Amino acid sequence: MGDFWNDGDPIADTAAPEGPIETRWERRQFSAKLVNPANRRKLTVIVVGTGLAGGSAAATLAEAGYHVKSYCYQDSPRRAHSIAAQGGINAAKNYRNDGDSIYRLFYDTVKGGDFRARESNVYRLATVSVNIIDQCVAQGVPFAREYGGLLDNRSFGGTQVSRTFYARGQTGQQLLLGAYQAMERQIGLGNIEMNARHEMLELIVVDGKARGIVVRDMVTGEITTEMADAVVLASGGYGNVFFLSTNAKGCNVTASWRAHRKGALFANPCYTQIHPTCIPESGTHQSKLTLMSESLRNDGRVWVPKSSSDSQKPAADIPEADRDYYLERIYPSFGNLVPRDIASRAAKNVCDEGRGVGPGGLGVYLDFADAIKRLGKKAVEAKYGNLFEMYQRITGEDPYEVPMRIYPAVHYTMGGLWVDYDLQSTIPGLFVVGEANFSDHGANRLGASALMQGLGDGYFVLPTTLGNYLANGPYEKISEDHEEVVAARAEVENRIKRLLEIDGDRTVDSFHRELGHIMWEYCGMERTEEGLTKAIGLIRSLRDEFWLRVKVPGTGEQLNQNLEKAGRVADFFELAELMCIDALHRRESCGGHFRGESQTPDGEALRHDDEFSYVAAWEYATGDSGKPTLHKEQLEFEYVHPSTRSYK
Amino acid sequence: MDIKVRVWRQTDPDTAGKMVTYGVKDISPDASFLEMLDVLNESLILDGDDPIAFDHDCREGICGACSMVIDGVAHGPEKATTTCQLHMRHFSDGDVIDVEPWRAAAFPVIKDLVVDRSAFDHIIASGGYITAPTGAAPEAHATPVPKADADLAFEAATCIGCGACVAACPNGSAMLFTAAKVAHLGLMPQGQPERDTRVIDMLQAQDDAGFGGCTNMGECSQVCPKGIPLTLIGRLNADYRKAVRKKI
Repeated sequence: MGDFWNDGDPIADTAAPEGPIETRWERRQFSAKLVNPANRRKLTVIVVGTGLAGGSAAATLAEAGYHVKSYCYQDSPRRAHSIAAQGGINAAKNYRNDGDSIYRLFYDTVKGGDFRARESNVYRLATVSVNIIDQCVAQGVPFAREYGGLLDNRSFGGTQVSRTFYARGQTGQQLLLGAYQAMERQIGLGNIEMNARHEMLELIVVDGKARGIVVRDMVTGEITTEMADAVVLASGGYGNVFFLSTNAKGCNVTASWRAHRKGALFANPCYTQIHPTCIPESGTHQSKLTLMSESLRNDGRVWVPKSSSDSQKPAADIPEADRDYYLERIYPSFGNLVPRDIASRAAKNVCDEGRGVGPGGLGVYLDFADAIKRLGKKAVEAKYGNLFEMYQRITGEDPYEVPMRIYPAVHYTMGGLWVDYDLQSTIPGLFVVGEANFSDHGANRLGASALMQGLGDGYFVLPTTLGNYLANGPYEKISEDHEEVVAARAEVENRIKRLLEIDGDRTVDSFHRELGHIMWEYCGMERTEEGLTKAIGLIRSLRDEFWLRVKVPGTGEQLNQNLEKAGRVADFFELAELMCIDALHRRESCGGHFRGESQTPDGEALRHDDEFSYVAAWEYATGDSGKPTLHKEQLEFEYVHPSTRSYK
Repeated sequence: MDIKVRVWRQTDPDTAGKMVTYGVKDISPDASFLEMLDVLNESLILDGDDPIAFDHDCREGICGACSMVIDGVAHGPEKATTTCQLHMRHFSDGDVIDVEPWRAAAFPVIKDLVVDRSAFDHIIASGGYITAPTGAAPEAHATPVPKADADLAFEAATCIGCGACVAACPNGSAMLFTAAKVAHLGLMPQGQPERDTRVIDMLQAQDDAGFGGCTNMGECSQVCPKGIPLTLIGRLNADYRKAVRKKI
């Protein structure tokens, strides 16, 4: 309440069936209405984004017979950022006979999410996980295999079973190519109309239902309105609000934000995942950060000097007695393998104490000297050779000789558009899948679960639930002359015109970088009431300056990469403010959200289940107050009872 | 370090382009090649010039978007490295570096260093897949795959579709790209039913898109950022001969 937001009515998910969780999805599948196969080709579905969620959804819907129109900002659907996921994909196959089950994957995910996810959705995700692996193998995805020809598995953080399927360090690439190839087959058959280098800039809502989008052809600059019977957003996460993140440069929130402005609630925007093992910044030219697989922490030891006066000395000059292996010291039972959020915050704390290493003091050592002594250089090379090579390529340093330097970086956003069990947003006919929705990871996502969710949503969940929505039609055809369509188009044209006309003296990137600094400083690994309040003020004044001083060269009728960026950064400004408000209102620490005021005496995250066991779904700030409105979805834990995580 | 870049500038597909020289000062050796261009673009914008358009996205060597011929070599001087992973420490103070787009009949220039690579998507759409509609998949362990086949299939599947192979080929051929996909799918038991039609259809699509023929020059494999081996082209040719014989 108070200065920054209004309290609204509670909301609830009414799409999930009641009763035993094990059969909810089966019962939903049966209760969902079906569209007669002969009628499907008359129905058009728009899918925005071609990553794991959007690619798998588009392919599957087209196979089912719907007419699909697909859009991506990249030059090919194969380049969506799912391609960069390294580690693997979880599935409850129990091929190791190590006690895994659908229930255990469900349990681990709810717990890993720090009890801020919806049980029904998570259980369904665990259920379809096994089908995903079958589907990908049938497509020819070259997963790692053992000598007997069967699939290999490995273990990942936050679990005690081996359930992660992988394709070396390129699992995301291989899964995405599987979905992309299935899509291309449908494109070849004429069932998908593919529009690469097209960006969605507005959602069209008619009579309360999502009926189309406004897109810009990024090559010619042409603005068109595209109509459909339903719209699916699979447009990814918003980590780039921080400017520096492990996201691809083009990743943006515009599709989701435009839908939010048109009435879709945005849930838990403050939940961001900060990954502990990334390559630190090397200077002001830095344009993005690169993730190094978490598996490195299996053998590397994390340390900084005990004294800040040693922090700029070469590592070799710091004797063993003057080193602080702080994770092993603070968390003796998990040591270097504590979960991502804990490892990240510990690194920040030692750097805040002035003990960070490398340029700017923003780094900690990840040292393989002991592992090389114990296992031999050859064995270390066999395990981590490609990662060491990547590190050397980027930093110019040889990690066999000097310890690696790592630092946390923004990696994934758990928040997103609010959806019900059917993955439908608060706007009927607008469905949201993959990282773009808030649905399955609560306040913290476990490793190897993002790929599972994207493909689960696209291959298995959406085709059923979207079919149900379409079967409840038919929805009357909307003409491109309809006043809502004309208005949406005009909004886009006016915004572009306005951005081009400012013709100021600061570049888009300079604003984006400054916004990123504010977010990282005050809405990053540790948030406080004071810092967030300050950040909101800083964001507002920077946003005002942006609209006065930004310089966007060129015209709207050509390939104009700065115009694209300017529109995205304008939306990031609005999102950034909402993230800070969400972080401010949640006066507890949970998962990726750590509030300085809410910690145990020894500095660990302290949840307040009595007050905050809900999803914060925000309504866009319309009206005179200019404040967003908070709608709470109370979370019920019937199966996994909230407990405190401990890794000491 | 201070360097100069000579960059291909072309406003649109129908206007003739030319090389334009720009000075870039105080570049950190730790900056990536694309970050060097970011710095240059920032100054071009403030000077009222048109910034250089180039494709890029993940900047970690996996999406395949970045695509520049640097000093005459696709992706530049470092072996097995995409442009985004190339760093300025591999250049020297005072260097003059040529930067050009991919050049091939099938990859028309859109603007500056940005080319249209949709021809690659058309090759995949013609047969670069295994038909496996969602829901119809058998249990994953029903078909074991010998590890050696799975590993080799993976090697072939690591192709990022950047098009460096085409840019480097004197014939502008897409043979390495096509061969990598034919090998990946042809090595898996799931890929056998469509193996013959796949290779015939993909080669036809490659010809239709305007790519040149392969004469085994081997430049493609030399510049490939993922090190896709030239031997895969031999594998494709063998598959093709077998498929055509069966068809006759």
